[in-house]
Amino acid sequence: MTKKNGFKDTISHLFIGNAVPIMFIILIAIAIPLSGFSTRYLIEEMVTRLGRDSFLVLSLLIPIMAGMGLNFGIVLGAMAGQIGIILVTNWGVSGVGGLFLAMAVATPLAILLGWIAGIVLNHAKGREMVTSMILGFFINGVYQLVVLYFMGKIIPISNSALVLSRGYGIRNAIDLKGMRQSLDRLIPLKIGGIAVPVATFIFIALLCVFIWWFAKTKLGHDMRAVGQDMSVSENAGIKVERTRIIAIILSTVLACYGQIIFLQNIGTLNTYNSHDQTATFAIAALLIGGATVAKASIPNVFVGVILFHLMFVVAPKAGKQLMGSAMIGEYFRVFVSYGIIAVSIVLYAWKRSNEKERSRRSLRGEQEIPKTD
Amino acid sequence: MTEQQPVLQMQDITKEYFGNRVLTNVCLDVNRGEILGLVGENGAGKSTLMNILFGMSIIAETGGYTGKVCIDGKEVVFQNPFDALRAGIGMVHQEFSLIPGFTATENILLNGEVLHDNIVAKLFGPRLKTLDLPEMRSIAEKSIELLGVEINPDTLVAEMPVGHKQFTELAREIHRPEMKLLVLDEPTAVLTESEAQVLLTSLRRLAATGISIIFITHRLQEIFDVCDRIVILRDGQVVKEAATRDTDIVQVAELMVGRSMSAKSVATRAYDEKTETVISIDHLWVDMPGETVRDVTLEVHKGEIFGIGGLAGQGKLGIPNGVMGLYPAGGSVTVHGKPIPLNDPAAALAAGMAFVSEDRRGVGLLLEEALDLNIASTAMQSQNKFIRPLLGGLLKWRDDKAIQDVAREYIEALDIKCTGTSQRVEELSGGNQQKICLAKAFALQPDVLFVSEPTRGIDVGAKARVLEALRTYNRKNGTTIIMISSELEELRSICDRIAIVDEGRIAGILPPSATAKEFGLLMIGKLKGEGSEVNSYA
Ligand SMILES: Nc1ncnc2c1ncn2[C@@H]1O[C@H](COP(=O)(O)OP(=O)(O)OP(=O)(O)O)[C@@H](O)[C@H]1O
Ligand SMILES: [Mg+2]
Repeated sequence: MTKKNGFKDTISHLFIGNAVPIMFIILIAIAIPLSGFSTRYLIEEMVTRLGRDSFLVLSLLIPIMAGMGLNFGIVLGAMAGQIGIILVTNWGVSGVGGLFLAMAVATPLAILLGWIAGIVLNHAKGREMVTSMILGFFINGVYQLVVLYFMGKIIPISNSALVLSRGYGIRNAIDLKGMRQSLDRLIPLKIGGIAVPVATFIFIALLCVFIWWFAKTKLGHDMRAVGQDMSVSENAGIKVERTRIIAIILSTVLACYGQIIFLQNIGTLNTYNSHDQTATFAIAALLIGGATVAKASIPNVFVGVILFHLMFVVAPKAGKQLMGSAMIGEYFRVFVSYGIIAVSIVLYAWKRSNEKERSRRSLRGEQEIPKTD
Repeated sequence: MTEQQPVLQMQDITKEYFGNRVLTNVCLDVNRGEILGLVGENGAGKSTLMNILFGMSIIAETGGYTGKVCIDGKEVVFQNPFDALRAGIGMVHQEFSLIPGFTATENILLNGEVLHDNIVAKLFGPRLKTLDLPEMRSIAEKSIELLGVEINPDTLVAEMPVGHKQFTELAREIHRPEMKLLVLDEPTAVLTESEAQVLLTSLRRLAATGISIIFITHRLQEIFDVCDRIVILRDGQVVKEAATRDTDIVQVAELMVGRSMSAKSVATRAYDEKTETVISIDHLWVDMPGETVRDVTLEVHKGEIFGIGGLAGQGKLGIPNGVMGLYPAGGSVTVHGKPIPLNDPAAALAAGMAFVSEDRRGVGLLLEEALDLNIASTAMQSQNKFIRPLLGGLLKWRDDKAIQDVAREYIEALDIKCTGTSQRVEELSGGNQQKICLAKAFALQPDVLFVSEPTRGIDVGAKARVLEALRTYNRKNGTTIIMISSELEELRSICDRIAIVDEGRIAGILPPSATAKEFGLLMIGKLKGEGSEVNSYA
């Protein structure tokens, strides 16, 4: 093979392997000039949003490694985190201390929810994604019940700013005054006038190191084995179900921290809505970053967060310039988020059935004939 | 030296499957460093006996067994395969149990990884120890080396040819230091002859290190090549136990089947060149790992039985796999003058071709269904055979009677050992399941039938029967059969013409009457001249 040929080959391979991010880069490259935003503004936005969202998106990686697909169940972690924040706000602990206390309080809850989710998913092998999504809706119901009725009645809430005027239930919006950007501003740094959330980035970097290290542990290795072939792993003596439960617990706990970091950046908690889009947006970002249902890496996370949010910022304005209505851009981004998830799940299912068909064919003495008509 | 304690003693083992007795008072022992050959017809009870030894759950689920198993003189009752593993018994399973996306190293040490301790592990448990990949690699390397083969420990299993997967499994069993008894249930069935030779050499090396081996195979020559002792099972009873040197192949074969075997020579008819061409293959290349086809051009005529032979790794297996669209291929294939798109299995089937693959591990039958349904299923799905229209075609009804009839026909023709047409396939022995695969292809009544290694895993007695069935089928239906086999004698016994593949190309086509020397010259590539052994592992 000539060198030139090899080069061309790698390039085309690179393109095919990264078709999704490349498509988005092209889209965004068209939209940015249309939107008229300044580069500085966009950089500032991206720095903020990287700090805000990366942790959440990173929490998706471990279940993918364990072959459980995109964990829509990270909303469970998000809800646990919100409960932690509500309690800490009630106790009046503020600043970074409050933030860490919220994490500490929410951790047992996240572990419990993750454990439940893991057990449920073990009964739905091969249908983890749909199941985790439905489970999210179900636990959301429980969350509403707890926050709307139990808090102030069964769980004492003394801070009247939190409680609805009827005496129990938490208000719709909570101002996280004490906690707002406490982590982001812990180590103040401005580069060219742009505030950089150094402490948050350190946190994210630590998580990356953890995930990288985790993949090298026995547990991480077992997860990869289980993710590829449960019955072979079982035969080798790996505790498959336990391993899967641990994967989901880890993901849920990380998502819980991720949501707390997300909320400290935003500065307000919409008690009943903040977690609505957590899973969808995180998953869409990861997929746009080039991940698939079966394979995702740390670079996918950062590329994804940047591209997804660039589109998020740019699309409405570009839509307005182009069509005279910001709503078009708004529709577009919602359409894209859900669209990309739907497409990748369908693609994955299709690829899986194709692969199965193929391996079956090559294994079998006789072929099943797929219906062609 | 005083009398040695046998590593394994099995005494008076009796096993029934729901009242059907498959093992009766079987006794067997194995000494240290000994290779014991276990032979018997399909369904004689070999796999069942080994499943008992290995504590497989299927045994307990079907009512357990009676008798005694002793390891080093102590009685043991294994509840599950892990108990057996701990006691130093390893078994190479009939189905590959490898993780495709893992390397050879990772598979060999699956769940037995070498780990580094660290603080986190001390706090949160041993599963957080990290993997010592270099150390694992060197253990894997040693284990592979012990087998005497060359496999890169970093190769992904998904990218290995079948033979290497088999060696990887073997390497996994033997890497454990406590290993003392290795059970191999038809390990050579998925291997080509030269791969099998390498495996046999490996077994001898292992035995020399003191590991005892129970070796099950249908290739009797292999037994005589490596085994010290031989135990023959017939209908669940030990009919003979002898040192290999005190017996010979013919005697063993006769004891296995319980009747004397006459070496029937098969009359081939003169090959008639004038019949129309059914399939023509033009400049075919196939990218099949370990069996690359580079440039093959062939024409096969109507009603012909065309043989394809050659050494392992030269590409003979790649030809049917490429034509049937199972591996990436290029060139052109026409059937009855119509071009067939490559890389599209559905199109290949629609064109009236069928394929019985060489890789029949986990044969992909509907294991929980009755055998008659299995035989008819593909024909039913793809050709609407065995289906009766009702109410003018509004309803489709399964024609159970017709299904049973074909099943009976093929049970008879292929000598499938079963209790009846409604027996579930999972209850059949390995060899009999393979015959079902052939029957399935027959029921399709294809125009062109590719059969790859049709007698692998089939006992000596039934081999002739299977070949006979192929020929009868060919004569009766005028089906063109392309048979790929690594056993030259088998090809010569039923084929009209035999092509020999060498380095991905057809080295030549000979009539079956050609001498063994002529075939041999083609196989080793006349032009290369030297080296009669082509070692695919080098
Ligand atoms: N799960 C089962 N239920 C009922 N019968 C079974 C079951 N498994 C095996 N048998 C029967 O036990 C007998 C022995 O089968 P076994 O698999 O031990 O044969 P084998 O000697 O290994 O043959 P082969 O050479 O074909 O692999 C066969 O008659 C088979 O039908
Ligand atoms: Mg068997």
